[in-house]
Amino acid sequence: MGEDIKVQLYTTMVRIRTYEEAILREYHRDKSPVFDIGAGRIPGEMHLSAGQEPVAAGLCAHLRPDDAITAPHRPHHLALAHGVDMKRMTAEIFGRESGLGRGKGGHMHLFDPAVHFGCSGIIAQGAPTAVGAALAFKRQGSDRVAVSVVGEGAANQGGFHESLNLASLWRLPVVFVIEDNGWGISVPRSASTSVPSNIDRAAGYAMPGELVEDNSVDGVYEAAGRAVTRARKGEGPTLLEIRTIRLWGHFEGDAQAYRGEELAQAQASDPLPIYEQRLLKDGLLDEAAVAAIKEQAVNEVEDAIAFALSSAEPAPEEALEDVFA
Amino acid sequence: MTVTDTTTNKPSSGVRRLTTARAMVEAIAQEMERDPSVFVMGEDVGAYGGIFGSTTGLLERFGSERVMDTPISETGFIGAGIGAAIEGMRPIVELMFVDFFGVCMDQIYNHMAKIHYESGGHVKVPMVLMAAVGGGYSDGAQHSQCLWGTFAHLPGMKVVVPSNPADAKGLMIAAIRDDNPVIYLFHKGVMGLPWMAKNSRAIGPVPEEPYELPIGKAAVVREGRDATVVTLSLSVHHTLDVADELAAQGIDVEVIDLRSLVPLDGETVLASVAKTGRLVVVDEDYRSFGLSGELAALIAEHDPGMLRAPLVRVAVPDVPIPYARPLERFVLPTPERIKSGIVSVVGR
Ligand SMILES: Cc1ncc(C[n+]2csc(CCOP(=O)(O)OP(=O)(O)O)c2C)c(N)n1
Repeated sequence: MGEDIKVQLYTTMVRIRTYEEAILREYHRDKSPVFDIGAGRIPGEMHLSAGQEPVAAGLCAHLRPDDAITAPHRPHHLALAHGVDMKRMTAEIFGRESGLGRGKGGHMHLFDPAVHFGCSGIIAQGAPTAVGAALAFKRQGSDRVAVSVVGEGAANQGGFHESLNLASLWRLPVVFVIEDNGWGISVPRSASTSVPSNIDRAAGYAMPGELVEDNSVDGVYEAAGRAVTRARKGEGPTLLEIRTIRLWGHFEGDAQAYRGEELAQAQASDPLPIYEQRLLKDGLLDEAAVAAIKEQAVNEVEDAIAFALSSAEPAPEEALEDVFA
Repeated sequence: MTVTDTTTNKPSSGVRRLTTARAMVEAIAQEMERDPSVFVMGEDVGAYGGIFGSTTGLLERFGSERVMDTPISETGFIGAGIGAAIEGMRPIVELMFVDFFGVCMDQIYNHMAKIHYESGGHVKVPMVLMAAVGGGYSDGAQHSQCLWGTFAHLPGMKVVVPSNPADAKGLMIAAIRDDNPVIYLFHKGVMGLPWMAKNSRAIGPVPEEPYELPIGKAAVVREGRDATVVTLSLSVHHTLDVADELAAQGIDVEVIDLRSLVPLDGETVLASVAKTGRLVVVDEDYRSFGLSGELAALIAEHDPGMLRAPLVRVAVPDVPIPYARPLERFVLPTPERIKSGIVSVVGR
């Protein structure tokens, strides 16, 4: 692993965290003192990805803009790392006419065909469509790859298992990534999953499985590199599981009473300061470089928010458009 | 006891006020006390208490054997509910948002709803499948639908849709005791959730003792002469607010809360339309092939001459529910749309 790539991974993670912190701030604006989910500049459910940056950064570093990703209900980190237009994505989250979906989709329904990115609020249901993208890529004789990202809770959904079987049976260029943040809303992995790790299930579909146990972006980078290379070479699908952490609530407004001590542990293992310290210690970055990376991220994110806020809301009758092509 | 007074929402006794969510929990708890075969399962029904508060406190009271958190495996656990019901249990299974029926519909409509019939009546499936419905808070196209018309279209399951706390309790108890599968759909906006804008009727008087409200009886929640509005769920409250406003303008609206779609209380609807000669259907479900069309057919089959003005439908135009606030407001049956629907049917 080169030194440049480490700085690049760090920069991606900073960019994501900066984004999520800004969305957090904007989401809660006008939702206090009384939290009303439908109020404010950004209404509706909001699932943020703080703590899971290593997955997006390490994985997407291997992807080209013509590779496809299907993301779950918690999509921002993957969208940003895969190159979804930050301005138009932000405008969508703010429900504006200039948004990726002209305000029709919202934060769980971001689609950017320029980089073959999509997501769904229905658990695990991006997996079958990733299989379909890979089928198309194979038929078209390309070396493009499709990636399905879901949570560990989603790995207990039928559609996920059907997808693994199809991808293996048809030897498709798919990488299945499970972000194991330990929780499906309030249900811990121990109460949802019959195997110690989901990669144990890979054998059931005759594909390799690899576990990254420590939420390290380097670990994700290396494992994802092997899986993406395999897929590109036409050797078939791989299942990856990353043990990551959910730093914040399942969605905003989640009091997380069910989490107990684990929450403090999670907060103490925030991957961002840990990686930053590593790179500082290894001399890949100095304080000035860190400050510059952070400043650049803040500027980009605040520009995106300003773009969203300066965009018009869609006209009400627009609701009737776009049902059919 | 059974509340037989279906013409008002007033419970026959008790002044204690509960939210709809608390009323549902109380119903479930009372039935769990009474009948050891009743149990609850679903996602986040345990420690979390149900994302919409429909099971709050049950885990603490009844333990994890009877209040079971499940993996996100709806086909699996809804099917397991069916199997358990067939073998003598009375499961209450929660599907968190009705929108998620897509991943598990086979168990619901090909199994839960058909086994009794296919068995020639020899196998009973006494279970309750409850789910949250409805929009109005920008949750987007996959978390805001009502879809009750879809379930009502498919034979073999009762479909109950309470609009207020007292009905929610009585209908839940009736649903649990029913020997048939019952789909119990609660609108997030009537639950009285602390984190969502509330309508004033999401909290109301609920009798403390257990009681059943018969499934299949509509309630005339407001009497009037000029037009009938047939509706259900959250739209009942919007319609009542609009009716108060229109009363000041001399328009006297009768409001019917259907409370269940299967069975449908056609008699109450026909009696009202016979009186007013004008019908507005307010339905937060999609417009085509649903409740509003069904009521039009009810009238047309009974006596097409009953209507003195064309029927008006205030429903979701046939588009997915959009995210952005102005778009969502445009498609939902808001008070403004209900008002203009009534004004147009009355013709003044
Ligand atoms: C089919 C379906 N069932 C249930 C839900 C409700 N739901 C949304 S997120 C979630 C938990 C998902 O857990 P996991 O897959 O581990 O992802 P995480 O939220 O931890 O990122 C649930 C149950 C849903 N959206 N779709």
